[in-house]
Amino acid sequence: MKNFFKSIFIIFLVTSLFSQKAFTDETKKLLSTDWSFKGFFGKFDRASLQRGYQVYTEVCASCHSIKYLSYRNLSEKGGPEFSEEQAKAIAANFEVTDGPNDDGEMFTRPAKLSDKFVKPYKNVKEAMASNGGAYPPDMSVLVKARSGGVDYIYSILLGYDDPPGDISLEDGVYYNAHMYGNKIAMPKPLSEGLVEYNDGTEATEEQMAKDVVTFLAWAAEPHLEARHKIGFKAIIYLIILSFLVYFSMKRLWSRIEPKV
Amino acid sequence: MSAHNYVPSSKLGKWFNDRLPLLSLSSHIREYPTPKNLNYWWTFGGILTFCLVAQIVTGVILAMHYVAQADLAFESVEHIMRDVNYGWLIRYFHANGSSMFFLAVYIHIFRSMYYGSHKSPREVIWIIGMIIYFLMMMTAFMGYVLPWGQMSFWAATVITNLFSAVPFVGESITNWLWGGFAVGNPTLTRFYSLHYLLSFLIFGLVILHIWALHIPGNNNPIGIELKKPSKDTVPFHPYIVIKDLFALLIFLILFAFFVFYSPNLLGHPDNYIEANPMVTPNHIVPEWYLLPFYAILRSVPDKLFGVIAMFASVFVLVILPWLDTSKVKSAIFRPLYKQFYWILVLDVLILGYMGAMPAEGTYLLIARVATTYYFVHFLVILPVLGYKEKTLPVPLNITEPVLGGSPNPDMVKKKELYD
Amino acid sequence: MSDQKKLKRRDFLFTASYAIGAVGVGAVVWPLVDQMNPDKSVKASASIEVDVSSIELGKSITVLWRGKPVFIKRRTQQEISEARAVKLEDLKHPEKDEDRAKDPEWLIMVGVCTHLGCVPLGNKGEYNGWFCPCHGSHYDTSGRVRKGPAPKNLEIPKYEFINNNTIKIG
Repeated sequence: MKNFFKSIFIIFLVTSLFSQKAFTDETKKLLSTDWSFKGFFGKFDRASLQRGYQVYTEVCASCHSIKYLSYRNLSEKGGPEFSEEQAKAIAANFEVTDGPNDDGEMFTRPAKLSDKFVKPYKNVKEAMASNGGAYPPDMSVLVKARSGGVDYIYSILLGYDDPPGDISLEDGVYYNAHMYGNKIAMPKPLSEGLVEYNDGTEATEEQMAKDVVTFLAWAAEPHLEARHKIGFKAIIYLIILSFLVYFSMKRLWSRIEPKV
Repeated sequence: MSAHNYVPSSKLGKWFNDRLPLLSLSSHIREYPTPKNLNYWWTFGGILTFCLVAQIVTGVILAMHYVAQADLAFESVEHIMRDVNYGWLIRYFHANGSSMFFLAVYIHIFRSMYYGSHKSPREVIWIIGMIIYFLMMMTAFMGYVLPWGQMSFWAATVITNLFSAVPFVGESITNWLWGGFAVGNPTLTRFYSLHYLLSFLIFGLVILHIWALHIPGNNNPIGIELKKPSKDTVPFHPYIVIKDLFALLIFLILFAFFVFYSPNLLGHPDNYIEANPMVTPNHIVPEWYLLPFYAILRSVPDKLFGVIAMFASVFVLVILPWLDTSKVKSAIFRPLYKQFYWILVLDVLILGYMGAMPAEGTYLLIARVATTYYFVHFLVILPVLGYKEKTLPVPLNITEPVLGGSPNPDMVKKKELYD
Repeated sequence: MSDQKKLKRRDFLFTASYAIGAVGVGAVVWPLVDQMNPDKSVKASASIEVDVSSIELGKSITVLWRGKPVFIKRRTQQEISEARAVKLEDLKHPEKDEDRAKDPEWLIMVGVCTHLGCVPLGNKGEYNGWFCPCHGSHYDTSGRVRKGPAPKNLEIPKYEFINNNTIKIG
């Protein structure tokens, strides 16, 4: 029995060791901050999500799509939780293509809650052509698509610096301390006071980075809070049931002669 | 199977059972004599059965929502994660369930190797098990392609490209597998079909695996053949059922930690990038459970021989019952074998780690050493050990004192010490 | 006496395990069943808003709502009077026209025959309403079944005028 638990512990250890699969390169250690959604009881900070949405819309959305989000997600539980009216109003700011109408023509109309977030470019090729050949990645699951996750994206946003002497940069390429290879095609997106927050929070670079990354974390994992909640209940339940079954087992086996 | 004189208690039961003996089968399973000294390493068979059923159930449900088409696959997975009721739960369960399935299968296989469950008269159980393991790897590989992320696409490309190593017909075989000149939509759709099919083939083989097991009955930690039933055995129900249930619950706690708190820990971030045939990821890595074979494949500088080495490493396991020549089953009584066993475990872990590293420099050197040692263990050490090793005295039965040397089953039976 | 107690405790243990186990099984089964219920993207399209300003008197349009056709008819005074004049005893499925069309000018119905689901044709049939070609059901100017195998009148969905020109259905 003891051996069994020892082995489970070893398995835990081994998996966490092997999760450091990505081999290290020359880039600096990542920056981090106190993410409210980390840990067993982590939740999203609603105000931060709403601010993050504002940063995304005003700063990032001109180049980065977030195509798997729908406008109704903005008012659903577990996210920024705008009211339904607010979400409808947000959606109505954007034009979507619909159709064909009865004449066979495509037409544009204001977006509804059921529409997906509008993309800045029609397709990947247009996005690349408009950005010097580099594709601004879609951000729906970007947090999950990068090793280092939220810390990585946070570090990139705050990692712009003057290049050290021995690095020369081509046109349209910038130095970033945390980017793989230290060169990034995106110019520094954030600067002090760039966004005027609706809730009056001071828009420092760190604040905007934290808010927009929180927003992206939610965009990638909209059910995180439900997952944590159900997970907690499931594990407590399993522990309780394990105890009950364990004692039932002992009781049952005590009927037969003690084994060697 | 022992002669079973089960008579159903109800008339309807008897009528039905005379036509399809399901009630007799149920009774057989309930009464099935199991050694009473089985330790918790024996619970993984039950755990594996749970994993298989769970994967099939969650898989069939995912198939109600997933779209197997190159332009829509990734999006359909996001649809499952975001819109389908509890879709995120079912998807994470299925993805992590695959890892848990392999974790359990490795423990199960290594348990067999330690206690000699692969030896006579259980060779066919072992071989069926190896076929199941091979099918599991194929199923998992094809399943990983379905989300159509970068790793899906490029792992598919790398592994299917292996077949081009076959002399003369290699390229034709590869194009045949792809349904084209590269991995693409035809590849995706056929992998979907086969992923679904192979899962049920595994199910059928598991039934054969258990049937073959029920002929000689379970092995046990001291590796001696027991008369069944006897005072050394217990009926499967309720004693083993409840023990398997307890072990399953502990296993599920571990499973729950992954699903609910770290669902992407065992995966690779690159698979959240949509497949792009023009851009190769920096490091192409398979899922963790395939890493040892990946390391072996890359150890050999020649493409064809690398493939041969990789398949040989599985084949060498298949013929294990004939490579391991020892008459004594359990490693408890084989002190030398025990040490080599743990070295093998370490060797496989090292191979796994190397599989995740780039195939260059020190990593490659270590992988090559580990690969060589792997084959040396099976092809040289085991056969020699069977003849040369001085084993400890083996007990007569679970409660009786020792026999001495390697037990001759006939000699033991003649002792008539069971009744 | 202590044997009795032992028995009771043992039974309780097993009973408790079974009971709690059953709760767990239920909790596991529910998501597996619920996943087949309409998902969030389907539920998001559960209501539509229709601009009816261009519909002339006596004409109708058909829109798609929840995967089914919905007839939106702007009735003439004659059609309304005809509908109101029908005696309830003559109806297979008695319903007052006033209850079916709150604003009598607008008749909004799910265009699915209540017999076996075909789409009835407008401006046809012996009652000046709709006629279903599949098995010959006739509906009147209020969409009520007057003849044929259909058991019920055409369904009235939940709807409201959110302004003078727009109806929200569902």
